[in-house]
Amino acid sequence: MRERNRLEGFLIGAFLVVVALTCILPLVHELALSLSSNEAVLSRKVALVPVEPTLNSYREILKDGSVMRALGFSATLTAAFTAIAMALTTALAYPLTRPEFRHRKAVMTFVVITMYFSGGILPLYILIKSLGMMNTIWALILPLAVSPFNTIIMRTALSSIPESLTESALLDGASYFQILRRIVLPLSLPIIATLSLFYAVGRWNTFQDALFYITKTGMYTLQLKLTYIVLANSSPEVFMAEGAESRLSVANAALTAATAMVATLPILAVYPWLQRYFIKGTMIGSIKE
Amino acid sequence: MMRKARLSRMWQLYALVAAPLLVLLIFSYLPMVGLLISFQDFSIFKGFFGSKWVGFGVFAEIFRMKSFWIALRNTLSLNALNLAFGFTSPILLALLLNEIRSRRLKKILQSTLYLPHFLSWAIIGSISLQLFSDNTGLVNVLIANSGGRIIPFLSEKWHWLFTYQAIGVWQNAGWGTIIYLAAMTAINPELYEAAEVDGAGRWRKMLSVTLPGIAPTMIILLILQIGRLVQIGFEQPYILGNDLVKNFSDVISTYVYQMGIVSARFNVGTAVGLFQSVVGLSFLLAANAVARSRGETGIW
Repeated sequence: MRERNRLEGFLIGAFLVVVALTCILPLVHELALSLSSNEAVLSRKVALVPVEPTLNSYREILKDGSVMRALGFSATLTAAFTAIAMALTTALAYPLTRPEFRHRKAVMTFVVITMYFSGGILPLYILIKSLGMMNTIWALILPLAVSPFNTIIMRTALSSIPESLTESALLDGASYFQILRRIVLPLSLPIIATLSLFYAVGRWNTFQDALFYITKTGMYTLQLKLTYIVLANSSPEVFMAEGAESRLSVANAALTAATAMVATLPILAVYPWLQRYFIKGTMIGSIKE
Repeated sequence: MMRKARLSRMWQLYALVAAPLLVLLIFSYLPMVGLLISFQDFSIFKGFFGSKWVGFGVFAEIFRMKSFWIALRNTLSLNALNLAFGFTSPILLALLLNEIRSRRLKKILQSTLYLPHFLSWAIIGSISLQLFSDNTGLVNVLIANSGGRIIPFLSEKWHWLFTYQAIGVWQNAGWGTIIYLAAMTAINPELYEAAEVDGAGRWRKMLSVTLPGIAPTMIILLILQIGRLVQIGFEQPYILGNDLVKNFSDVISTYVYQMGIVSARFNVGTAVGLFQSVVGLSFLLAANAVARSRGETGIW
């Protein structure tokens, strides 16, 4: 009986390890491709270890400029977006925690409605076009800058700050701006970190809006650039091509892998924090009103 | 005196909410008004105010289009399959993870299983090509090297359906366990002890204690997912789809994009989107009503 139990435990563990490996190995393969010579990739010798290891693909990326420009733009965009989104979200969430703010129910309803109804992608597209925001960074910032979901999480977190602190500051004649800056925000660093990561990762990973609103190659985000590469590589001609022709299609496979790695690395770099804060944020978010 | 001093500062709270509310007004509420172009003979040159009103004419047109029904059918079938696999896989994974006694191993497993959730669809799309392409994908190369026939994972529609689901499960199953694992920690340990006294083994406890313990969470998530049967994201079907499997990979979201942004038929695309929202919202309300009538708390 105990023997059987241990065997079962081992099998469960082994199964989960295999599942976990499927989460990692594709990335290892990608890394191996990006570090292999083009010839090795072409002759399909690369699995999990780089063959004829070289940094050529990365060198080519540095030389080409278009990937570096996309990387630079994505980094600027993510930083600007996160800062603006956090400022707006905090400014919206804080008054919602103040009982003396008489219109907080109305404001809350105004926010929550946007979680359930939306105009959809085309009316927003037409709006962005009419506002002259096509091919501007604002098209990639403003529509996503106030997430109702994150606002609710922020409100929940901010309302746990002891009322007495605010009370005494109000008695001392402090303004709400001062209270927010000197008392509330310093006590809310964990939630600020959490939501900043939510916003930053979401912004970094999304390509949909860039696909819609950005038509100038100079303003491609890294994910959009990668998207176009993927689309070009999944055309029927490439799928159907046999032998010599298919070699043409994979000629830049090492380069594609390197581009994908460049897009993945920032996520991997912040992954330890991501995990921790995302779980926390998800838990706060699932607490019902 | 105090009250007055406070009132004099009240404007500051309004000042704080002003900018974010303006952003919502412009980028969330104005597009809702923009939905009205579904009832217009809209052209981007004439604009919203210059275009003629045509009643339900646009809807009559889309209901006659075969491509619309295909997109709707695909949306429903991809979501129904996702209900079968995407909904159940996190539960299974969480039940198994719960059996891991070594805390360190469990932590390592969790960290690894969460990773795909944070990869963008562009990255997943590029990985899926590198693994599943007909002639160059690693999996097919391995199959061919061992003498097997290549599998058209991405280029034949029935295989594609499977690949699409598998990638979706791969991306979400691990992350989806979080909420179940949290629910499991809330289960009273005495229940397990009592079960052990009664001679229950590992599987018996899993079925009779753990599973009932997470049942309320399962029901809520099931309702939410049923409520979203008509909604589908844009990025996954767009990046994983291709011309060879169009007949299965065209869904409402990509159809709206094609209609509107690619073909500039804005009123048609918007009408399709509106149709989806209205049906989607009624699904959600119905699902919630069912949950309430069955004694669950519902979603809101």
